[in-house]
Amino acid sequence: MPREGEVRIPSGCAISGIFSRDRSLVNGSVIAKSISVMHERSNGLGGGFAGYGIYPQYKDHYAIHVFYDNLQSREETERFLDRHFDIINLSKIPTRPNPRIKDAPLIWRYFVTPLPHRLSDSHLDEDEYTARCMIRINNTIGGSFVFSCGKDMGVFKAVGYPEDVADFYRLEEYDGYAWTAHGRYPTNTPGWWGGAHPFALLDLSVVHNGEISSYDANRRAVEMYGYSCNLLTDTEVITYILDYLKRKQHLSLKECANVIASPFWSTIELKDDDEKERLSYLRKMFPSFLITGPFSILVGFNGGMMALNDRLKLRSLVAAEKGRKVYFASEEAAIRVIEPELDRIWAPRGGEPVIVTLDKEVRR
Amino acid sequence: MRCNLIPSRFKVIRDNEACVSCRICVRECSYGVHSYDEEKKTLKADSTKCVDCQRCVSYCPTGALSIVLNKNTFRPNAEWSCDSLKEIYRQSESGGVLLSSMGSPVKSIPRYFDRILLNASQVTNPSIDPLREPMETKVFIGSRPERIERDERGRIKDNLPPHLELDTPILFSAMSYGAISLNVHKALAMAAKELGTYWNTGEGGLHEDLYKYGDNTIVQVASGRFGVHSRYLSAGAAVEIKIGQGAKPGIGGHLTGAKIIGDVSRTRMVPSGMDAISPAPHHDIYSIEDLRQLVSSIKEATGYLKPVIVKVAAVHNIAPIASGIARSGADIISIDGFRGGTGASPVRIRDNVGIPIEVALASVDQRLREEHIRDRVSIIASGGIHNSADVAKAIALGADAVSIGTAALIALGCHLCASCHTGKCSWGIATQEEELTKRLDPEKGAERLVNLVHAWTREIQEIMGGMGINSIEALRGNRLALRGVDLNEKELQVLGIRYAGE
Repeated sequence: MPREGEVRIPSGCAISGIFSRDRSLVNGSVIAKSISVMHERSNGLGGGFAGYGIYPQYKDHYAIHVFYDNLQSREETERFLDRHFDIINLSKIPTRPNPRIKDAPLIWRYFVTPLPHRLSDSHLDEDEYTARCMIRINNTIGGSFVFSCGKDMGVFKAVGYPEDVADFYRLEEYDGYAWTAHGRYPTNTPGWWGGAHPFALLDLSVVHNGEISSYDANRRAVEMYGYSCNLLTDTEVITYILDYLKRKQHLSLKECANVIASPFWSTIELKDDDEKERLSYLRKMFPSFLITGPFSILVGFNGGMMALNDRLKLRSLVAAEKGRKVYFASEEAAIRVIEPELDRIWAPRGGEPVIVTLDKEVRR
Repeated sequence: MRCNLIPSRFKVIRDNEACVSCRICVRECSYGVHSYDEEKKTLKADSTKCVDCQRCVSYCPTGALSIVLNKNTFRPNAEWSCDSLKEIYRQSESGGVLLSSMGSPVKSIPRYFDRILLNASQVTNPSIDPLREPMETKVFIGSRPERIERDERGRIKDNLPPHLELDTPILFSAMSYGAISLNVHKALAMAAKELGTYWNTGEGGLHEDLYKYGDNTIVQVASGRFGVHSRYLSAGAAVEIKIGQGAKPGIGGHLTGAKIIGDVSRTRMVPSGMDAISPAPHHDIYSIEDLRQLVSSIKEATGYLKPVIVKVAAVHNIAPIASGIARSGADIISIDGFRGGTGASPVRIRDNVGIPIEVALASVDQRLREEHIRDRVSIIASGGIHNSADVAKAIALGADAVSIGTAALIALGCHLCASCHTGKCSWGIATQEEELTKRLDPEKGAERLVNLVHAWTREIQEIMGGMGINSIEALRGNRLALRGVDLNEKELQVLGIRYAGE
């Protein structure tokens, strides 16, 4: 049977997210409880989480999470990491046996910082250097897959239901100011764990529910800019597009949303002159990154989160607020189960991003 | 005794019971096939002159006429076709180059569009109903800078070079005044304006009366530079440098003096009655760096207000050629495939030189992506676009838009008799004879063109909606939307698509 990446597998899904504007910590078990309510929206073939602010003791180091098929791929990757980074700490990611989580690969975690001389020789900034190294591992070292590589954040994912994945990774041992979660309903068996979500590059992580109809147009466009879509999943291509627009073109998140879920021309026509010019420019400048077809995504990044629907809102997505906390989920029940009394709950309109960031006084 | 080695290709059949001897056929036939025998009081037909343009059939009020293939057969020979023999007879008689017109009818070269199938959504994502939801076919073509820029207040600056705005991704191909009549130009211009798209002057200049359609006009600069002056360059929305065309790559053009009369002569700036010969190459472009200079000169001349298109024929090494053009400062590359039409071309060139648009387009799009410059330029594909599905397939292979020439002429009545080079077009399209050109009413012609493109656009919207795509830019280069049938692995690889069922 082909592994995901050799074939493209469409999926239905559930997503959920929590964000504390005041940086108050939320335990991993909370997000697990939220996503588990939407059990029926996944089929046991993929689940995962991304937590932000979970590694305060190593917050200035890149936290590299890697799946290995075998010892040999681990040794090769570690040699590569050794040549390019100062490894501050390495260990297996702690897990506990769960009867429904099977075929686990070797799962390792490294806290690293780029070797100063390699970094300066590369003429790249730290993020670009690290991103390129990680893409290189995934492209060239067989049996190794870096699935998380941001600072003070981490992705935990597996083939299984999300609640079992949380149990397997002992998610209750982590506290973060932001979490996203994903339960997957792929139409085929993915064959390995890499295809589970969230998908992440540096601190940018994406969970996504939908099947985008623009996939190959987007993939072929983003691959021009040094990315390599190995998994053939929507989430992967969306992550790379956002990374390109945000980190390389320096677009704001709102502008990114205006590109990937651009308003219809007929809507743009109705805007005032400045806004019309801005939106038209973004559409004309980045037509290859318009994403069509159903999607609801949660984009996590250091210090913030964005929720976005496709412009027709072909997938459900609910947002809610309680105090300084913001919640997002495919279904309202997934929010109510962890916070029954809400200050406000609403369904964001198609194509209109909801962007939340840390309060000024708690930003670092 | 005259010996005719070449039997007529067609036979005119007249149903004498239905025929009322109205003589409309005599009047309508511009090739002199029909005549009235005053003595016998009957109509005659000289089938040897018939080109099967179907004019008489279309206008016969009683349906008495039909044109059929002559059943006379040469002795069948698997090696030598009947057509091969006829061509040798013709050439041994005349000593000349065989001429024909319109696109190549060669059967042995596949029409890849017919071997490509489109996708549709089922279950995992929804199809979208174009009658209920917006379905965007608007496309902007032109070049793009590599990065955004911001002003001191952090607002994005509009650093985009000028773009062409098309309400639907279909333009009209270049066809020159001289090769076709002024009425056809009028019809194309009016239709382009109504449709929110563009028509293209071809290399014969722009008639005074049509300057008012400038916003929807692409003005062409070809190797003969006919009709090119600064007001002409500034009159259009874009300027196209024509290097070649699919029907005759590597070949120039020759418009006979017979057609260079009156306004054609004035518009082309060629003395009346004198042949207008377009050289095979531009004599100021012997290399890619020369092209860069011409692109720059045109931009200087037009104040950097117009996108510059470079049109080339699809030839073997089209991918590196396109890549070179993309780096020459051109904003748009127009690629014309093997089956592109023409008003006159040597048969051997038309049927043997160049490659089909589908493979040329696929390899150019892929190459520009590998060189990371695909987003910098736009691509127009042409040469064999028969219907809306071909448009959708071309876009999914990587085109920003397509242009149609033959299909547009067919909408105006052309029956592909491939006799444009005779200048006697009975439909009043490829002729300058006043008696014939007045047969085409520009307003009615424009209406038919508008209908055609509207119909195609609706069909494209249905196709897109079925795939769950509601904006044309999400279809561009979306090759997973395509599957091949009856193609070998190499063909699939070049087209960059998978086999049906994969």
